[in-house]
Amino acid sequence: MPVIEFKNVSKCFHRHAGQMLLRDRIARLLRPEPRERFYALSNVSFEAKAGESIAIIGHNGAGKSTLLNLATSLCDPTDGTVTVNGRVAALLELGSGFHPDLTGAENVRINAALLGLNRAQARASFDQIVDFSGIGDFMDEPLRTYSTGMMMRLAFSVAVNVDPDILIVDEVLGVGDQAFFSKCFDRIMQFRRAGKTILCVSHSLPTLTTLCDRGIWLDHGRVVRAGRVEGLIEEYSHSLGTPLTTAAEAR
Amino acid sequence: MWRGDSVFLLENLVLKDFRIRYRNMSLGVLWSVLNPLVMMGALTFVFTRIFPSPVKNFPVFVLCGLVPYNFFTLAWASGTTSVVDSAPLVKRIPMPREIVPIAAVLSTCLHLLIQILLLLSAVVVFGGHWNLHWLWLPVVWILEVIFVCGLAMLTSAVNVYIRDTRYVVESATTVLFWLVPIFYSFDAIPAKYVGIYELNPVANLVFCLRNILLQAKSPPSSSLVKLSLVSFTMLGLGTLVFRRGKRGFFEHI
Repeated sequence: MPVIEFKNVSKCFHRHAGQMLLRDRIARLLRPEPRERFYALSNVSFEAKAGESIAIIGHNGAGKSTLLNLATSLCDPTDGTVTVNGRVAALLELGSGFHPDLTGAENVRINAALLGLNRAQARASFDQIVDFSGIGDFMDEPLRTYSTGMMMRLAFSVAVNVDPDILIVDEVLGVGDQAFFSKCFDRIMQFRRAGKTILCVSHSLPTLTTLCDRGIWLDHGRVVRAGRVEGLIEEYSHSLGTPLTTAAEAR
Repeated sequence: MWRGDSVFLLENLVLKDFRIRYRNMSLGVLWSVLNPLVMMGALTFVFTRIFPSPVKNFPVFVLCGLVPYNFFTLAWASGTTSVVDSAPLVKRIPMPREIVPIAAVLSTCLHLLIQILLLLSAVVVFGGHWNLHWLWLPVVWILEVIFVCGLAMLTSAVNVYIRDTRYVVESATTVLFWLVPIFYSFDAIPAKYVGIYELNPVANLVFCLRNILLQAKSPPSSSLVKLSLVSFTMLGLGTLVFRRGKRGFFEHI
C-alpha cells in the first residue's frame, strides 16, 4: 500500500481570493465578472511507498509547495484524490506554530501536541528533542532571542523526534550550520532505513542527490519528468543552464 | 489526517494564549480584577448619585451584570479573530481547526475564574452567605461557555471570508451593554419584552446569577431550559457553519 498517493490531482486558486472585505464582496455581487483561475497543479499523479525519499524540483511557482501542502492535507485538491496514510511531520516554514514570547521548552511542548503526540509521548520525547537540538541552556529563554539557525534546529528536532511516518521538508535545512546539517542528514538516513517516507523540496541540488532516490520535476503545475534522482537532476540543471549558454552563443 | 490527542492539544493552546496574554503585563492577573472594579465604581456613582436606582446593594448588583458581560465580550471578540490570527497554525499544521476558536474562548475562562472569585467575595462582603443554590453556578456558566464556543466558531469562520465581521462583533458588544440588564434589573423590563430578553443567553445568565447570589434561590426552570436550548442550538449551528467554512480556510487566509 502506498504511503502517499496522488491520483490525477489538480489544484486551482481564484485570483481574487485575497480581497476579503465586505466592499469587495458587494462589488462582486453587483458586478459579477468571471473569476480568473490559476492552476497551481494540474493532473499530477505519483505514489510514494514506505522507505522512499522523493525530491520535488522545479522553478519558483512551479507548484512544489502546493504539492507539499496537499500531501500535508492542509487543503483539498480541486480535482483528483490525495491519500496519505500515517502521521505527517511537516517543516513547511521555519518556526510555524512557534511563538516568539514563549520559551524554547514551552514551544517544544506545544509543537509536540500540534504534531499529534499525547501527554505521555510528549513527555517521553522531550529530553530527546532538547538533546538533539543542542540548544542547552537557551531552552528556557524566549524564542525571540534565538538566531534563525537555533530556531531551525529546534523546529527540526521536534519534527524528527515525534516519530512521524512521513517527513515533509520545504527548503528549511539551509539555515543550520554544517555540523547540525550532517546530524540532520544522519537522522534522515536513519529514517529511510526505518522505512519512513520523505518528501523534500530544495534548490540545493547536491543535497537532493544524496538524500533522495526518486525525483519529480514540476513546471507550471505539470510533471515534466519523474524518475531516478541522479538522471533527473542532471537533466534539470541542464535545462537551467540552457538559456545561459544560448545567450552566450547569441552574443 | 491528523490523529493526535485533541484534548492535550486544546490544553496546550489554552495555556499558550494565557501565558502570552499575561507575560506582557507587569501587573499580570491583577488587571482582570481591576477592570471590573473600576467599572463597578463608575456605574455605582452614576446610578446612586445621578440617576438613583431603586436597587439595594447596587455595587454587587451591577457586578453580577458586569462579570458575565465582560466574559462574553472578551471571549466572543478573541474567538472571532482567532482563526485569522492563527494563520501560521491554520496554514501550516494539519490539526483539527475547530480547536482554534474553542481554545481562544477557553483561554478567557481562566481570566473569568478570577472574576467569578471577585464576584463571590463581593457577595460575601455585602452580607451574602454561601448556600446550596450556589451549586447552580457551574451549571449556568458552563452553558454560557458552550454558547460562546458555538458563536465563536460561527463568527470566526465567517471572519475568514468577510474580514469586516470582527468590527460588526465589536459594535454588537457595545450595543449589548445596554440591552443586557447590567445596571437595571429584570423587574424594570416591561412584560412584553421579557420573552426576548430570556432568549439572550447573556441576559439570561445575569438573571440566573442574581437569583442565585442576591436572592439565594435557584434560577427558575424556564430560564434554565431557555439557556440550555439556545446554547446547544448555537453550538450546533456554529459547528455546522465552521465545518462548511473550513474547507476554504487555506485559500482565504
